[in-house]
Amino acid sequence: MALDKATVAHIATLARIRLSEAEQVKMADELSHILIWIEQLGEVDTSGVEPMTSVAAMRLPMREDRVTDGGRRDEVLANAPATAHGFFTVPKVVE
Amino acid sequence: MTALTRLTMAAARDGLRRRNFTATELAAAHVAAVEAARPLNAFVTETPELAMAQAAESDRRLQRGEARPLEGLPLAIKDLFCTKDILTTASSHILDGFKPPYESTVTAQLWAAGAVMLGKTNMDEFAMGSSTTTSYYGPTENPWRRPGDNRPLVPGGSSGGSAAIVAACGALGATGTDTGGSIRQPASFTGIVGMKPTYGRCSRWGVVAFASSLDHPGPLTRTVRDAAMLLRGMAGHDPKDSTSAPVAVPDFEAALTGDIRGLKVGIPKEYRVDGMPGEIETLWQRGIEWLKTAGAHPVEISLPMTKYALPAYYIVAPAEASSNLARYDGVRFGLRVDGKSLEEMYELTRAAGFGAEVRRRVLIGTYVLSAGYYDAYYVKAQRVRTLIARDFAEAFKMVDCILTPTAPSSAFAIGEKSDDPIAMYLNDVFTVPADLAGIPAISVPAGLDESGLPLGLQIIGRAFDEETVFRVAGVLEEAASFTATPQFIAGASSSGGDIGSGHHEPH
Repeated sequence: MALDKATVAHIATLARIRLSEAEQVKMADELSHILIWIEQLGEVDTSGVEPMTSVAAMRLPMREDRVTDGGRRDEVLANAPATAHGFFTVPKVVE
Repeated sequence: MTALTRLTMAAARDGLRRRNFTATELAAAHVAAVEAARPLNAFVTETPELAMAQAAESDRRLQRGEARPLEGLPLAIKDLFCTKDILTTASSHILDGFKPPYESTVTAQLWAAGAVMLGKTNMDEFAMGSSTTTSYYGPTENPWRRPGDNRPLVPGGSSGGSAAIVAACGALGATGTDTGGSIRQPASFTGIVGMKPTYGRCSRWGVVAFASSLDHPGPLTRTVRDAAMLLRGMAGHDPKDSTSAPVAVPDFEAALTGDIRGLKVGIPKEYRVDGMPGEIETLWQRGIEWLKTAGAHPVEISLPMTKYALPAYYIVAPAEASSNLARYDGVRFGLRVDGKSLEEMYELTRAAGFGAEVRRRVLIGTYVLSAGYYDAYYVKAQRVRTLIARDFAEAFKMVDCILTPTAPSSAFAIGEKSDDPIAMYLNDVFTVPADLAGIPAISVPAGLDESGLPLGLQIIGRAFDEETVFRVAGVLEEAASFTATPQFIAGASSSGGDIGSGHHEPH
């Protein structure tokens, strides 16, 4: 399916990536090209076929519900672009 | 010191144990080679001081007769593996300055086994690509060139820095990751060995995530034996990765018996694609003959879903990538571009931090997972993936392994194919199926094409049967006796003068 500029603008908002008008137009063209190519999957009869949920034929392991790690505030914050008083800081969210 | 850098990993191990040279001498030779190889732009970060410190410790261990399995062997690490307190970028602008406070399980195991780190290698941004041209740190050059043609060539990708430095004798081996072919295709393009093990064989913990159900860490080396050695060091169960397989790691080197008599080798008829050069078909036929001469039986098989593997991959991989890359928000690590609101800060950070190919894939992934399209795209692709795995399961009822070409072409020029995403994606047509099915596959250098560039052949095996894959690869390697070397060898005086003359700076 070909994507129009408005659809690209919508998914760019969902993905939190700012695109200029010109980039939206270019991206609509590129993504349409890729999606049309992908749609050859429509040729495959998949009725009655289970979708793969895990490539490894194993069940997810369970473990005891107890804390095994933590108390690393300074390490967690060490790479943050901005911190204050032991917290991450972001632009004001609530007025 | 060039002699020390030309050794195989196995020969270096033996030389260290016999005290023919010290780990310090071996590390110093490689540190010099890494420096001499700078024109290739194979590294994002070099760690010479660390290498020399680790080598000094290796010498102490060797003197005490307490050598560990990879004692004193200098390796390059793809910049997708988190390394404690050492810059880890995934070759993306968005990870600017990121120094992980932890070590990936795979690299932790390598250091515990005595290996020495030379640095972090360049790659396609977030491992998305087949050419190592999407890196924020500029493209890596292939040490090979077409004789009589000065155009710089890509080393393949995404593990292109790892492949280039191993091919150019700047490291004995390197780690890579393979999501759609990112170990095997660069190995083929640079004339070395690249092994993608079974999904779950090597822990993904601490490896920057691209597509979690498809990401496979694995080794790049100059010989099959070295790949067996290095994989043994990388593999093993890790409780910190819920998809890590709780199975014992065999001594893969012991599988290299050279005896493949009676083995059935599948030849899939669907691996002949339009536009594939005749010489790749010829090399494939030669590979069949080599294995036959060694006593194996070629069997024609059918993998009817082959042509749908790439389109299925380009739904599943971007979908998983769009989820995994949601964490890059300008809050916790890496780049931040300030905005008036939190939303604007997110959008500006991600627009500036992600390159064109990453943006493209995140947007495709977001689209195929969005309301109304999830069943039509994502669930459909996962059903096709079941059929692809079933194709292999059926084939392995009749054969012990499968022989195919690794890639539909040899290395291409930097800049070629970059304006057409689908032409770039087609590089992975023969490698993607084994990723989707999670089964082991290796690329072995098997010959040169008419333009003098290396070509690989691929052996695919059953899940957790890397041993058969290695055994057949060893026979293939011996029969092919690939001895050609690239025009650029790190530190060799005969190096083709102007390789790497193009200067690379972050854009």
